[in-house]
Amino acid sequence: MIPAAVGYVRADSVEAAVAALGEHGDEAKLLAGGQSLIPLMRLRLARPSVLVDMGRANDLRGISVDGDTVSIGALTSHSDLEHSAELAAACPLLAHVASQVGDPAVRHRGTLGGSLAHADPASDLPAAVLALGGTLVATGPGGSREIAATDFFTGFLESALAADEVLAGVRVPVSTGGWSYQKFNRRAQDWAIVGVAVAEGGAGVGLVNMGSTPLRASAVEAAVAGGAGASDAAASAAEGTEPPSDNNADPAYREHLVRVLTERALVAAGA
Amino acid sequence: MEVSVTVNGEVRTADVEPRTLLVHFLRDDLGLTGTNIGCDTSSCGACTVLVDGRSAKSCTMLAVQADGADVTTIEGLAGEDGLHPMQEAFHECHALQCGYCTPGMVMAAVSLVDEYSDMDADGVREGLEGNLCRCTGYQNIVKAVLAASE
Amino acid sequence: MTVTDTPFAGGIVGEARLRKEDPALLTGEAKFIDDLDLPGALWVACVRSPHAHARINSVDTSEALAVAGVVAAYSGEDLADTWVAPLPCAWPVTDDMKNPAHFPVAQGKANYAGDIVAVVVATSRYAAADGLEGVVVDYEPLDAVVSIEDAESDRVVIHEDLGTNVSYEWPLIPDPEGVDAAFEAAEHHITETYVHQRLIPAPMEPRGVAVVPAPHNGDMTLYSSTQIPHVLKVMAALTLGVPEQKLRVIAPSVGGGFGCKLNVYAEEILCMALAQRHGVPVRWTESRTEAAGSTIQGRAQRQTIELAADADGKLTAVRATLLADMGAYLQLVAPGVPLLGAFLYHGLYDVPLYSFTCKSVFTNLTPTDAYRGAGRPEATYAIERGMDALAVAVGVGADEIRSRNFIPTEKFPYDSPAGLVFDSGNYQPALDRAKELIGWDARMAEQAERRAAGSTTHLGLGISTYVEMCGLAPSRVLASLNYGAGGWESATVRILPTCKVQVVTGATPHGQGHETCWSMIVADRLGVDPDDVEVLHSDTAISPLGMDTYGSRSLSVGGTAIWMATEKVVEKAATIAAHMLEANPEDLELTGGVFSVKGSPDAEVPLAGVAFAAFTAHDLPDGVEPNLQAQVTWDPPNFTFPFGAHIAVVEIDEVTGAVDLIDYAACDDCGNQINPMIVEGQVHGGIVQGVAQALWEEAVYDEDGQCRSANLADYLVPSAAECIDMKLDHTVTPSPTNPMGVKGIGEAGTIASTPAVMNAVVDALRPLGVTGMAMPASPMTVRRAIEAAGGGAS
Repeated sequence: MIPAAVGYVRADSVEAAVAALGEHGDEAKLLAGGQSLIPLMRLRLARPSVLVDMGRANDLRGISVDGDTVSIGALTSHSDLEHSAELAAACPLLAHVASQVGDPAVRHRGTLGGSLAHADPASDLPAAVLALGGTLVATGPGGSREIAATDFFTGFLESALAADEVLAGVRVPVSTGGWSYQKFNRRAQDWAIVGVAVAEGGAGVGLVNMGSTPLRASAVEAAVAGGAGASDAAASAAEGTEPPSDNNADPAYREHLVRVLTERALVAAGA
Repeated sequence: MEVSVTVNGEVRTADVEPRTLLVHFLRDDLGLTGTNIGCDTSSCGACTVLVDGRSAKSCTMLAVQADGADVTTIEGLAGEDGLHPMQEAFHECHALQCGYCTPGMVMAAVSLVDEYSDMDADGVREGLEGNLCRCTGYQNIVKAVLAASE
Repeated sequence: MTVTDTPFAGGIVGEARLRKEDPALLTGEAKFIDDLDLPGALWVACVRSPHAHARINSVDTSEALAVAGVVAAYSGEDLADTWVAPLPCAWPVTDDMKNPAHFPVAQGKANYAGDIVAVVVATSRYAAADGLEGVVVDYEPLDAVVSIEDAESDRVVIHEDLGTNVSYEWPLIPDPEGVDAAFEAAEHHITETYVHQRLIPAPMEPRGVAVVPAPHNGDMTLYSSTQIPHVLKVMAALTLGVPEQKLRVIAPSVGGGFGCKLNVYAEEILCMALAQRHGVPVRWTESRTEAAGSTIQGRAQRQTIELAADADGKLTAVRATLLADMGAYLQLVAPGVPLLGAFLYHGLYDVPLYSFTCKSVFTNLTPTDAYRGAGRPEATYAIERGMDALAVAVGVGADEIRSRNFIPTEKFPYDSPAGLVFDSGNYQPALDRAKELIGWDARMAEQAERRAAGSTTHLGLGISTYVEMCGLAPSRVLASLNYGAGGWESATVRILPTCKVQVVTGATPHGQGHETCWSMIVADRLGVDPDDVEVLHSDTAISPLGMDTYGSRSLSVGGTAIWMATEKVVEKAATIAAHMLEANPEDLELTGGVFSVKGSPDAEVPLAGVAFAAFTAHDLPDGVEPNLQAQVTWDPPNFTFPFGAHIAVVEIDEVTGAVDLIDYAACDDCGNQINPMIVEGQVHGGIVQGVAQALWEEAVYDEDGQCRSANLADYLVPSAAECIDMKLDHTVTPSPTNPMGVKGIGEAGTIASTPAVMNAVVDALRPLGVTGMAMPASPMTVRRAIEAAGGGAS
């Protein structure tokens, strides 16, 4: 299928992208790797008037570790995350989750920023960033601001980014404690039916595809903090979720799965 | 808008609509019809090409995004002295039947063995998760990729 | 394995020879339908009903016509006068079968989501896609009939003029009283009901059509991604009123079919009509998402199977009752699909009494038709699942129950209770070999250990043995089934002056490797290099006679025709060679490409010399025409009956319900093999396609008749990551019904693997109280079955 006609501007820096968004208004859409957006455009489920292509903003690409913080440019590809020795040492959960996104071709083009800004509850990386307690850096006409990952995902495919804001980067704490990512699906290439990301032995728990947004399993985190074992902590994994229904799973099955996968993730993470 | 892409070593320029998919640019503008289209959702991988040396699904990329890039299609894989080792391995191992997924599968495999070293059969299977074949049951494809990666 | 006589002496047949098809496919040189360069062609896009059932109050194309690049747009009414006849259904299985008129573009009412209601013609594929959005259709949605049970009730009658949703009922009950008596006397009476979900064939190449007209002389060339250019030519001529001699049909490289390209489709006839109307080439390429509503789907039936058996589990009668979903209209051979299985619900078991009944109904869903195996996977599934249930009832193993019931080898040719004659079979060795390959005893021990240890990861073993009828087939038998065509195949073998060979076949490949295999058959006999044999096919101007490729018929019917044409041309060459050697033709033998006189090794002439002599015609025997060419049309006396045994091993996580296929073994018998490499490839792909029905694939429709799995993100065609290496072997039991002793292998894997996997799934969970499982055995389905049985750790 073929996308509807669309305008196109290139923005090779954050500033240029912010300016372009300001100029073209609400119907403009940022294009990073395009791995989420272009399929939606082909199905004509997304019909932006203008694409603001940030693909060449190379200063938004890269991973750096400074003290206890890992900073990642928004345009860093999943593949770069997957293969980064630095990230594997500083935050193995994030490197591993990146390696579980889509397939190799998708990982070559898809970007961390694009995945987070798309705010798809079925995506892997948002849950990992939630579990890690990450911070997102947004740049708008008035400058940059930081948004806690917990506050970033506001609705189905909606984020806290303003229409003229660009997600420039992500910061996560160095996290080498026990971690696990349990992705449950029927085919390797598919989105998770349910996914659970656990960081620091259960201090952070992010859930995939358990509601209209990527979720943090606060009740599980609290239980772990309170000394509960994996099984007891996981029992509350479905609390506060509103899982969707689709061909693969209804809400009750997802609630069952999220408890099972959370327990497995906590055990694997040494909780 | 005008895009200029190095395709199989040759700079190719064309005027395209921004919405033009890379795969349509290759097929319709450049006449390189070896790259096939099998789906609308980035699921099947029939359209896989190399962009700057790494596999990419050319139906999930706009031609304007490839402006200035180096693209290799199946037509650019064989050299003057014959088939690329991956093509040769697919032939030797009977890793294709109808052949429609084959160009994408071969390009994905070329990228895969370049990206991951020392792969075993499971690694090849995981690595080809984004390329669907309906004929072969994959057994001979896995065999071919392992043979070519030696 | 079994050592048998082979009719092949040339040392070529039987080799795992690499395919001559590959280089073009590996380099992008091969031309599929969308690859054709057709300057000036207009692109067609179809406006499809978004509703499963709706009245069409009006179609307004004016906005579409305003879209840049759009040349024309038509509603069903606009094109109503174009059609001479509705789209064809060539298999009216009963005289009173109900068959609704089905035109390429619907008028008045849309009967499924996907029914074409208007068409846009534009200068590019992009403009055509844009034009679709400009067509405004006023629909009045009607209640949709989605389930076959609802259809059968006639709550809503889809085609009002027919008065019912039932298309036909077809019984095959040779001895009704006998069957009833057998069930009354039975020690064990098993009754099982299974549902075959709808499947989307999903060849990797979507369909496509291109039509090139020659307006002044009236010629028309129809290119289509089809399995059946020959059948299509006849049907298209009848449907559109085009003189058949002016119509040429070409199937270019075809990217898989699996039955779904064995049809005459609306878009083929539509593009022909539009090419006529516009006088320029016209083309259409299906999108994957569109295919859910434009290409037939498979399976879609509910089956009840009853087994009567004595105390030892020996079958005394089999009764099968089907309710089959035809979808909204009858496509080309749809009504006959259940009949292709109708004779095989007793499987490869020796059963005296048999009863089969099928009722087929219309629904507001995409039409169904033949999908890899067509009828035989359904039949095999029913009997093989049923045999496992019988084994449990009798208290014997799944292997033992089968061994007790196999048709004994000495009974072949076997007169089946359904009225067929099974050509040849030797079933126990195939099962023994499959058990050996899988390590049956060790796996059983492992299963017992896990059960004893209380593991929540369950191991299941599933057997499926099978026999199929393939090689469609004797024209007289097809006539008795009301099939609208014959089952013959044509071949021409032509030895050119330079001793290169052309083979013209009416079989139409789409991935099977015909060029390689056919050239091996001919080269083996003639003693030439297979690379010197060119196989011509898929173009009705080059190969005017043919019945095409489906039903695992290409080798046993088309290949046999080639064999016979080769023999015929050798006979003629021998006559010329004898003349040259001043010997009797009967005294000559052709070995290694040289004719020699038996007993006189010095008297010889190479085939090349004979070929050139036949060309120059300077000195031919009296009454012998120049050139070496022979044509044969072969109509086989019977179907062929391949068989085999497959065993699947699965591991199930009872907590999540996830099923992993961890091991698979198959021993198949397709008679003599031409190229074992290609046989294995067919089996590999077939197995995975059948496993996919068991574990992943389903065309999911909601209560409004909307397909919720229309694309490959939602329709779960497996990737390499979900599949495993399979362990294959074969036995060889030649068919006595053709000179090569071949049977066919294209569908075997698909036929056997679905029940093998499902039997393994149920076997794994039996200790938890699970006795049945719906397909696909998705994690949620499996987990729910465990919960319903009252078990399952959480």
